Amino acid sequence: MVAALTPVATRLALLAEEGSHEVNAGDGGWLAAWAWLIVVVPMVITFLIVFFGKRSPLKGWGMATFGMAFVAVYGTALAWVNLQDGILYEGSIEIGKIGEFPLQWGWVVDGLSIMMYFLVGVVGFLVFVYANGYMKGDVRYTWFFASFSLFAGGMLVLVSAPNLIQLIVGWELVGVSSYLLIAHYWEDFDNVDAGNKAFMVNKVADAGLFIGAIIMALSAGSFQFSEIYESMVGGNGTLAQFGFWAGLALFIGAMGKSAQFPFHVWLPDAMAGPTPVSALMHAATMVTAGIYLVARLFPFYQLPEYGADVNGIITIIGAITLFFMGLLALVQNDIKKVLAYSTVSQLGYMMAAMGVGAYTAGLFHLFTHAFFKSLLFLGAGSVIHAVHSNNMSDMGGLRKYMKWTFWTFMIGSAALVGLFPFAGFWSKDEIIASAYYNASEDPTAAAWFMVVLSIAGAFITAFYMARAVSLTFFGTYAGHGEPHESPRIMTVPLVGLAAGAAGAGLLNMPGLTEVFTDWVTVRAFPIMEHHFEAPSWGLIAIVTPVVLVALGIGFSIYRPRPTQAERDAFRLPVLYPLLDHKYYIDDLYMDGIVRPIMGPVADGTLWVDEHVVDAVPNLAGGAAKHTAAAVNTFDQDAVDGVFNSLSSATGATGGFLRKAFTGRVQQYAAISFAGVVIIAVLFMIF
Amino acid sequence: MTVTFADWITETANWVFLLIAIPTLAGAVFVVTARNVVRAVLALVVTLAGTAALFMMLGAEFVGWTVVLVYIGAVIILFLMGIMITQAPLTRKTDLSQPMSMRAPAVLLSVILFGVIAWAVIVSFGAEAVPLPDEATSTASIGETLFTNWVIPFEAVSFVLLAALVGGISLARRDPVEEDVG
Amino acid sequence: MTIVQFVLLGAALFSIGLYGVLTRRNAVLVLASVEVMLAAVNVNLVAFDVYLGDASSAGQIMALFIIALAAAEVGIGIAIVLMIFRNRRSADVDELDVMRY
Repeated sequence: MVAALTPVATRLALLAEEGSHEVNAGDGGWLAAWAWLIVVVPMVITFLIVFFGKRSPLKGWGMATFGMAFVAVYGTALAWVNLQDGILYEGSIEIGKIGEFPLQWGWVVDGLSIMMYFLVGVVGFLVFVYANGYMKGDVRYTWFFASFSLFAGGMLVLVSAPNLIQLIVGWELVGVSSYLLIAHYWEDFDNVDAGNKAFMVNKVADAGLFIGAIIMALSAGSFQFSEIYESMVGGNGTLAQFGFWAGLALFIGAMGKSAQFPFHVWLPDAMAGPTPVSALMHAATMVTAGIYLVARLFPFYQLPEYGADVNGIITIIGAITLFFMGLLALVQNDIKKVLAYSTVSQLGYMMAAMGVGAYTAGLFHLFTHAFFKSLLFLGAGSVIHAVHSNNMSDMGGLRKYMKWTFWTFMIGSAALVGLFPFAGFWSKDEIIASAYYNASEDPTAAAWFMVVLSIAGAFITAFYMARAVSLTFFGTYAGHGEPHESPRIMTVPLVGLAAGAAGAGLLNMPGLTEVFTDWVTVRAFPIMEHHFEAPSWGLIAIVTPVVLVALGIGFSIYRPRPTQAERDAFRLPVLYPLLDHKYYIDDLYMDGIVRPIMGPVADGTLWVDEHVVDAVPNLAGGAAKHTAAAVNTFDQDAVDGVFNSLSSATGATGGFLRKAFTGRVQQYAAISFAGVVIIAVLFMIF
Repeated sequence: MTVTFADWITETANWVFLLIAIPTLAGAVFVVTARNVVRAVLALVVTLAGTAALFMMLGAEFVGWTVVLVYIGAVIILFLMGIMITQAPLTRKTDLSQPMSMRAPAVLLSVILFGVIAWAVIVSFGAEAVPLPDEATSTASIGETLFTNWVIPFEAVSFVLLAALVGGISLARRDPVEEDVG
Repeated sequence: MTIVQFVLLGAALFSIGLYGVLTRRNAVLVLASVEVMLAAVNVNLVAFDVYLGDASSAGQIMALFIIALAAAEVGIGIAIVLMIFRNRRSADVDELDVMRY
């Protein structure tokens, strides 16, 4: 929520007093000018894997991992230069025109995009290395890495986009690779359904993205972010008029990709894909595309003249997502689904942070979350690899069998719940502090709602992680066979990510280090946000005890691994069924939207056939019978004749109705040509 | 420049046009109604030859000869091969077309479509004359524009042909596994 | 000569071809009817090319492309018909109703 609607200049001055960050940046030299290689290399590698992967010695894994290593090294180099001098660079090539709008392919190199290059490269590299062990012996091993490389390329197209068109292209590329990878094990129809669900839910939200992009381009006169900002600074009446709607529509697009309520339904189902996919795409990078979009448009959402009214909605959606989706993680039995709902909940934190105007805090949480959540997913994958089940009731006591996995998972959990001094502590604390600051500046109900829910969210996070860790690693082993530690190629990436999960928080300790703030605020348009000079001790004093209490309760309940009956005993009567059915949202979508649309096509015809068509002979038959009974002398043959002809007419009608669904190509062709003719006639008349 | 009917009917070129157009249409009608498969395909030769003749009359000699070579020379052979391989009965057959319940709407649709196009064309162009070109478009000039203005579409089409070639082979090839079994 | 007479011929050929596509039961004859429709399009293109006196002969070039693509289409079409015939022992489009309901 933005405070009083002050003009841009006043607000900038206000924030400068508060110690807002100053930006001075170079152009990055050849390193930035050649940054297009970051996008092109994974894309080229995708094609190489598709065509030559099966014949290459490492079956495509080598090429894919090389691509990610390249991105990681290049991203690190850019990040380094950015920290020294700052980089603000935008390269583009014009490839065509849509009407008056130039169509450009370009690459933005600034703090925000460098952060994403770094993240995709480093986390991606570790996940790709891990995938070599996890996917060993898979039927479509090469294809898996081709799709995974396609995802990396698409994600980089998205984050390097200097305009909305290229952003949409990247958006759809990651969407399609997500679909391919969720349905990777397509022999099982459930996985195919999950892929379709992810694709369709995202498509619904994407409509918002398209509409938003079009409104934005028509009112600002350009798809380029830089030109949109220029027109904003110059004062754009049209954009101010439609700003709310453009901002809202773009935010709906972001809600789909970032699985915000009520579009969150696809992400838990997306866990049907292989675990490395869940780690890289559905935790670390792809789902943060929505956060990235809002961050990219952050100046637009901050200026009260333009999109600031949307911030209230962003905050509320984020707060609802972080709290209520976190609750759902409490009742999941599948370890990946626990982590999936946790991801949705953490995405809610990031989105809400954007809503309260905490740009750096939101991105910092995105950054640390990428490390610890992909660590947790890979750890879960390692466990699944060992016990051959996703279900936590088949686990337990794995602490003794899988030392590396256990300790790295503990570090990831500590980072997620926000224990000092792990990464999540710093990033989550900054979000809560920003929410509190926002609420104290502008004390509205929604702002305080956000503060309360974000603290409650921390409690829930600690509770469900205590549950997951207890059920997985403590107690006695409840599965089959002898679990064993995963091979070295899987544990080494875990250690790498654990280092990130433990240490990433040190990049941005308020008052001590400002590396991350310096990093991501290098933007062409100044970022206006409150900058914290010191850790907010008061909030830490509230949140940390809350987390510790939640951990204590969680461990004391689940550490002994209660049996099903014991667990049933402390289930809350109303809440549990509600959570168990995911608030009935999926059922609402299926029964409320999907079936009513799909159904009538088939059911409607059936109903007409059964009721209307059958009613005609029944009624007519009944009437005829009564007539015959009343007028006994009436010629029996005539009545029969009427009856017969009526029923044969009915049969013909039914047959005619059925014909609409004959599967005969020529009838379909005839119908579509009839449509063409009708349109042509309408054209001629009007 | 508009043309009255009297002008039109007295122009020799139009008699030539009618002489070509009527067999063309008749051939087309025979293609879609004939009860013998081979005759239907041979009627297609007449239609295509008619269009080729029209092209030459309009000075598009290269296109006309291409139609003769590609269509009449190659495509018709393909059709006849298709008929041969699918063992279509070579005698008169009644069920080559759909029953009347399907034919009637199809006739209606075709007539309406023709009516709409005719209406649109007559409203737009009336009786505007086409000046017959003094000399035919030479193959040399066609080749020149094809490889200067149209070289990218040309390459695209060549790629499509390649894809069709590969696709045709892979579709029509008998599966080696199947052969082992059968 | 008028432009209308060529376009009307084209329209007539197109409508006849459409009728064939909609009513023929033998798949090879459906393809033959498609060829009639494509021929109609070529007539239109060449007639308009001459009518407009285009310097780059766009209409004629397009007609050439259509001929090339139609040849490809027939090749693939016959191959598909062949495969269907091999699997179902029939080239009757009415029997290709596996997409029903």
